[in-house]
Amino acid sequence: MSAAAAGTVRVRLLDVAHARSGDKGDTANVGVIALRLEWYELLARHLTRERVAEHFRGVITGDVVRFELPNLRALNFLLHGALGGGGTLSLKTDAQGKVYSTALLRLVLDVDAGEASRLALPTVG
Amino acid sequence: MPNTDKIVRVASGQGFWGDSLDAPRQQVEHGPVDYLMLDYLAEVTMSILQKQKERDPAMGYARDFLGAVESVLPAVADRGVRVVANAGGVNPESCAQAVLGVAERNGAKGKLRVGVVTGDNLLPRLDELLGSGHELRNMDTGATLDAVRDRVLSANAYIGSAPIVEALAGGANVVITGRSTDTALTMAPLRYEFGWGAEDWDRLAAGIVAGHILECGAQCSGGNCLHDWREIPDLASVGYPIAEACADGSFVITKHPGTGGRVSVASVTEQLVYEMGDPRSYITPDVVADFTSIRLAQDGPDRVRVHGITGAPATDKLKVSIAYRSGYKAVGTLVYSWPDALDKAQLADRVLRERLDRMGLRFDEVLTEFVGVSATHGPLAGAAPAELPEVQLRVGVRGSDRAAVERFTREIAPLVLNGPPSVTGFAGGRPKVEEIVAYWPALVDKSVVQTRVEVLS
Repeated sequence: MSAAAAGTVRVRLLDVAHARSGDKGDTANVGVIALRLEWYELLARHLTRERVAEHFRGVITGDVVRFELPNLRALNFLLHGALGGGGTLSLKTDAQGKVYSTALLRLVLDVDAGEASRLALPTVG
Repeated sequence: MPNTDKIVRVASGQGFWGDSLDAPRQQVEHGPVDYLMLDYLAEVTMSILQKQKERDPAMGYARDFLGAVESVLPAVADRGVRVVANAGGVNPESCAQAVLGVAERNGAKGKLRVGVVTGDNLLPRLDELLGSGHELRNMDTGATLDAVRDRVLSANAYIGSAPIVEALAGGANVVITGRSTDTALTMAPLRYEFGWGAEDWDRLAAGIVAGHILECGAQCSGGNCLHDWREIPDLASVGYPIAEACADGSFVITKHPGTGGRVSVASVTEQLVYEMGDPRSYITPDVVADFTSIRLAQDGPDRVRVHGITGAPATDKLKVSIAYRSGYKAVGTLVYSWPDALDKAQLADRVLRERLDRMGLRFDEVLTEFVGVSATHGPLAGAAPAELPEVQLRVGVRGSDRAAVERFTREIAPLVLNGPPSVTGFAGGRPKVEEIVAYWPALVDKSVVQTRVEVLS
């Protein structure tokens, strides 16, 4: 893990959110849920479509689509081309995308140090 | 004056075909419930059932359902619990006859009134539909069905709540459908009990959300729950979920007292986002539900109140689930041990691929995974830790040539003696060749699908 940029701290998504994933054809969906209500806004700002697409570069073959569910303090990501053809065609262990949830939780956010302190975010390194 | 205090309890007793055999009985015996909802059908299930029906015309339904009915028979026959299940698969009529047979053998003859919903099966009408301009294009690829028409095994429209409501109104205490939507199995009893109209969009949407929460069984009540998973109590006796619904469409998700697991805002939220697409537009045959309207609140231990749900008018289409033959696949595995477990597994993979190449075998795909290193997260897992105790080599092939896939399955075992060392884990024998039944999602005009309801006793 590389060092945080100046004035920022590193926050593991795993420490601030939980998640569940599933499949529809060759698309996996990952719902990411903020562990605390007050962390949702930060997650919504940091977990952009582009950021998630970058995270899964080389892992999925298609686009990422993002939806917001502030009522559930959740974001929903569709990862297209994630399942090796999907369903019964797929040769993958995770043919149904059941653990794409934890793959997304590997993501590490660079968060402004002041904001991290104000929101009492757990930080690493 | 409608009774605004009325509560209807719908219990989920099966999240898929293969789920706990004990859950249905526990749901009707461990506390009060009005309806038992059992979901048996996944996307590929219909094609498996179609194959079974081709071998034996009396088959083609979820046979586990007969055991479930037997286990809840006293509650249904004597205490007024009603069962709604999509166990009928591609043969709801035979399923209904078999259920009546179960009642007769268990001294409950005349006590079951079995509602049978049919009309979802489009296989016999496929050419008529294609001929009259219904292209049944693949929703994902846009391709027309002609491309795979000669390989189609099953074709079923996802049907909604109306025929189930009709069966309940006709006095059925067991309702069997074919390919109804999973969510309709929960929504229909609520719609029937509370008299919700066909354009009561918000309440219908609420029933659909209740159905989405219940349709995967214990996956909303502590099962597969990542949040705080170490602390979820007594998963060995996990309680399956129950929706306690009110006429206004609000409901509480709970489970029977004394059971394990946990119903929390976190556990319910995880289930709400499961298999979610566009949350503002959760399309069903009855209504388009808006998941961004859902409000959740903890309402005591193991109780989550769900309210505020809104819905929009249904579309004029039904989704169609088509299954077709699409070649063959096989997966072989071997386990390599320390020291240098990953290096050994990687060498075995290269040796295997070289042999397959030399034999001139052609596949559409060959996939190698190293279980214990990168099988589930790929490159995101980072570099393998040094000194791994063991690694499983897992190689899969897929192609249209059955003989080539068969030949592949003969090349795994020899590696034990003629490949890299420290290899074990071959007790399972030669990998099986599996015929692939692929899934083709399409849309069809609602007007072409006519459901029928019959109540047998």
